[in-house]
Amino acid sequence: MRIAIASGKGGTGKTTVAAALAVGLAHSCKLRYIDCDVEEPNGHLFLKPDLTVKADAAIQIPKIQTEKCTACGKCVEVCQYHALAKIGEQILVFPQLCHGCGSCTWNCPEGAILEVPNNIGILEQGFAPEGIQFFRGMLTVSEPMPTPLIRQLKKWLPRSADSIDLFDSPPGASCSVVETLRGADFVILVTEPTPFGLHDLRQIVSILREMKIPAGVIINRVGKEGSTLIEKYCEEEGLKILYRIPFERKIAEGIARGQHLLQIHPEFLDDLETMMDHIKKECD
Amino acid sequence: MRLIISAQEPSPDGPVDRRFGRSSWLVSVDSETGKWKAFENPGASQSGGAGVAAAQFVIDQKAEVVISGDFGPHAAGAFRVAGIKMRLFIEEVTSVQSAVTLWSEEKLLVFH
Repeated sequence: MRIAIASGKGGTGKTTVAAALAVGLAHSCKLRYIDCDVEEPNGHLFLKPDLTVKADAAIQIPKIQTEKCTACGKCVEVCQYHALAKIGEQILVFPQLCHGCGSCTWNCPEGAILEVPNNIGILEQGFAPEGIQFFRGMLTVSEPMPTPLIRQLKKWLPRSADSIDLFDSPPGASCSVVETLRGADFVILVTEPTPFGLHDLRQIVSILREMKIPAGVIINRVGKEGSTLIEKYCEEEGLKILYRIPFERKIAEGIARGQHLLQIHPEFLDDLETMMDHIKKECD
Repeated sequence: MRLIISAQEPSPDGPVDRRFGRSSWLVSVDSETGKWKAFENPGASQSGGAGVAAAQFVIDQKAEVVISGDFGPHAAGAFRVAGIKMRLFIEEVTSVQSAVTLWSEEKLLVFH
């Protein structure tokens, strides 16, 4: 079963929830945690894995073989991302704009384009305490596109029929999030009871509707003002509120110390298990 | 010489556009005859690589000088390879025509 944890607004508590779920479920099933926030992974702060396997991740970018190139400009014409330009008899490549689609290589009438790897980051895996199998990607600083790395990270995951896979998504609602959510059976949306939280929640919900993935909401940092703002929206949208995490200094202190939620509040385990039962039912 | 200037409107009397890659129009002017033509900037509507798209257009037009408020690294890279001179607006530039005049007086800043 593949469960993604997303939010819309950043900083609402995705990794807090994902790490707690990973720890809570690991004792009763095969649990794999995948940190898809390749620009700023933080799952390791709470799960403390021993990362023993590392692989380079690269996308294939074009290299023009000048002796074969006739500067016909076909590659420039087909490139959707403007990663190629024709200047006189020369073809210039802009690696940072290249999405690695291979269109130029395919369309070159002279076969003058070679694909060469352009390293964009690394993939790592290992085991964390509690028997959690931990995977993550780290995008090299200054690389502009996380999406190809996330795609490779997901492909790197060995096939498994009996595991529960938790995909800790990046914040926001753009391509990197869509790539993370693709193929998920259920998405847990972590939000907070603020106008910003609601605004961004709406964005991610509309994306999930398009992708046709069922979702539920966890409201984090519920203080004495309550969370009517979010509750009302969820009711309108037919979204179930799976859990409410209280706004507590004790939780903030624990997180700042690198403790996961179940170390701070071990009694939350029962609630997490009830939540999982509900999610499993929704997926069937 | 053939100049291309980034502009907000398709006219030499209209205001310049200080962006290059995403400017709405690119106005081509023959500095000797004063003849001009306005083109929609192909980079304006692109989600990415706008600078490259706009630069490719300028290169295909065989312009010798391109004038704007700034040039991003991709457009600048392309123009350097093409040998097209880049010039920047100064504060006194308001309309496209004023940019042409100030260019001819060599008052515009050189962008390397």
